[in-house]
Amino acid sequence: MDFSLKDDRRMLQETLMRFLADNYDIEKRHGFAMSDEHFSREMWGQFAELGIIGALFPEKVGGYGGEGVDLMVVFEALGRHLVVEPFLPTLLAGSVLAGTGNIHLLEQAIAGDRLLALAHGEPDSRYELERVATTAVKKDDAWHVSGNKAVVLGGKAATHLVVSARTSGEQGEEKGISLFLVENRESVRCRDYATFDGYAAAEIVLDDEAAELLGEEGNGFPLLEEAHARAITAVTAEALGAMEVARAMTVEYMKERKQFGVPIGKFQALQHRMADVLIEIEQMRSAVINTAGHLGDTPLVRERYASSAKYLAGTIGRQVAEEAIQIHGGMGMTWEYAVGHFAKRIIMIDHLFGDTDHHLERYIALGRNG
Amino acid sequence: MDLGYSKEENEFREEVRNFLAENLPERISEKVRLGKRLGRDDMARWHAILNERGWLAPGWPAEHGGTNWTAVQKHIFDEETWAAGAPRTVPFGISMLAPVLHKFGSEEQKRHYLPRILDGTDWWCQGYSEPGAGSDLASLRTSATRDGDHYIVNGQKTWTTLGQYANMIFCLVRTSGEGKPQEGISFLLIDMDTPGVEVRPIILIDGEHEVNEVFFDNVKVPVENLVGEENMGWTYAKYLLTHERTGTANIGNSNAALQRLKKIAGEQRKAGRSLLDDPYFAARLARVEIDLEAMKTTNLRILVDADAGAAPGPESSMLKVKGTIIRQEINDLARRALGPYALPFSSEAMDEGYNDEPVGPEYANPIAAKYFNNRKMSIYAGSNEIQREIIKKTKMDL
Repeated sequence: MDFSLKDDRRMLQETLMRFLADNYDIEKRHGFAMSDEHFSREMWGQFAELGIIGALFPEKVGGYGGEGVDLMVVFEALGRHLVVEPFLPTLLAGSVLAGTGNIHLLEQAIAGDRLLALAHGEPDSRYELERVATTAVKKDDAWHVSGNKAVVLGGKAATHLVVSARTSGEQGEEKGISLFLVENRESVRCRDYATFDGYAAAEIVLDDEAAELLGEEGNGFPLLEEAHARAITAVTAEALGAMEVARAMTVEYMKERKQFGVPIGKFQALQHRMADVLIEIEQMRSAVINTAGHLGDTPLVRERYASSAKYLAGTIGRQVAEEAIQIHGGMGMTWEYAVGHFAKRIIMIDHLFGDTDHHLERYIALGRNG
Repeated sequence: MDLGYSKEENEFREEVRNFLAENLPERISEKVRLGKRLGRDDMARWHAILNERGWLAPGWPAEHGGTNWTAVQKHIFDEETWAAGAPRTVPFGISMLAPVLHKFGSEEQKRHYLPRILDGTDWWCQGYSEPGAGSDLASLRTSATRDGDHYIVNGQKTWTTLGQYANMIFCLVRTSGEGKPQEGISFLLIDMDTPGVEVRPIILIDGEHEVNEVFFDNVKVPVENLVGEENMGWTYAKYLLTHERTGTANIGNSNAALQRLKKIAGEQRKAGRSLLDDPYFAARLARVEIDLEAMKTTNLRILVDADAGAAPGPESSMLKVKGTIIRQEINDLARRALGPYALPFSSEAMDEGYNDEPVGPEYANPIAAKYFNNRKMSIYAGSNEIQREIIKKTKMDL
């Protein structure tokens, strides 16, 4: 076994880390997050130029990576800087396009010329991938989709939406879900907003919107599931990066902050809590390595590792985020001091692609089937 | 043992309920229910309504406007007001400064300040913490130097809650560098309109302006604004921290929040059924409810003992630690209950006049913000680490 990164991945990591260190401090990040679109198009262009978007996809679809380890390397770095540009929506929608062979649009997205988003979740679907109520009908050989999509990451800025819709079956069935490409034109109603931790999302209403079928009719679920497994690898790696920063900031603070005449880091009660935080973050790293390393495995193995990692990101994330704030005291509660923003991202990641309970339940169910 | 409420207590509960039904403005309870911002006017109005009924300061001696309620009655009042969606009363004047004035203030101070707390003439804030003195409060450095009939105050206070609305601040200041740090502290009342006082906002992680820094630059404070004796302020501060214990455990607050959480969970759907029927969520809910039920009794046991004259001690530390953990757990469950709709957030939607259609359920917007905002509970009023230290020191022979 070898847990070290190969040269090309180490180069990718170094390039991205250096770029972020030079161009993405917390003040700039807040500026991007609080701008009208909640991200910077200029930064996105630079990420494209640097080849970071291409690292998320395999060569055969125009990228030069796309393996679990690529996602891990890129997203851990993004998490360390709380990057708000639309990597996650691009990964989600791009993974579907890669699966259905829509290479041309994906290449444009990798070059930064098009923006993609996956419009899948719905107001009543919570975290269940198969709960699709949006419908698609075929009229005169052309597909049209209608329905409401909820908390669509990057939904407003996207030029193209990958939309899940039901072409047959009942709301909770995996069979009968199809995937479509919809141009994000005027007629697509988009209510955009920022999430609590500063990322762009939107509620989308599709009303008889012209759509192009992606892949096979009624058989979109396996692609959706795989795209989400990739997104879970990415977002747990992002959480890991944010946790590492939160931990490092807290340890630094413990050395600097003096009370009762000594640095608070001298108090054993706090030392032991941070030792636990360190142990748990190592567990998190291992879980991310596991899910990244099994992305190419059979769906059952892949999904069990994905659910394990996401479950741990929720439980460990809460511990890390809450300890970081608590040990910082009032400072951890302020907007001005960065640690609170890392805590926010770590906690809100629990609300993406299934939370702790969802993935615990799913892990058990997958074990029963396996 | 008798765990039931007496007939009189049940009647009292009915009386409180009727009062709230008739007098709590719906505009205010609606804001509380939906987690919208309460302005100074909302808080002042609620104070005035309670004062009109004589219920603004239940803990005060009756001759100054208190109610002579038993511990159980106070508990009932706390539970009912929270359940009805009343805002909490602003504690700085009523339950922090006033007990100190009752016990240590001069007759003149009592006569002047106490009525002004009740009728809302003065809005008090607390000047305790400093940038270098948080958990180690006794290391505070804001100085007050005697100059004829005045003290000259220099320094900085921080985490001053609602200081932006206040016209008065009670401060711990250093009047002596001799002896132990605790021995040179005095308790001073400062008019915030005095030249040299400056209030600057601190924005919290939820984007809200709730706390402030307060700067003192050669601020002249008349000597008659000293409470009690010079250099005895630490004793008064400690008295203050252990005195008002009804609210320490956050029982009423947690109880109301748990009821709201159940309502939310009942409306949320997971795989087509209510979240209340989901064994994972139901187990989380049950655990916190079990904790809260036990906590209610722990709280009442301590309050009833205090009624019978038991001296305040580490019991309030126990209430603080466990009470805040329970309240924070309810915040955590509320964000979980929302699923993906915990993510969208609009600061404008917390304004009273905001009428746009909500994103997701109408109750969703403030819930993630509230989870983060209430992380303060285990930090403020003596962090939970400090409370555990007090328990260790006073309850265990280690």
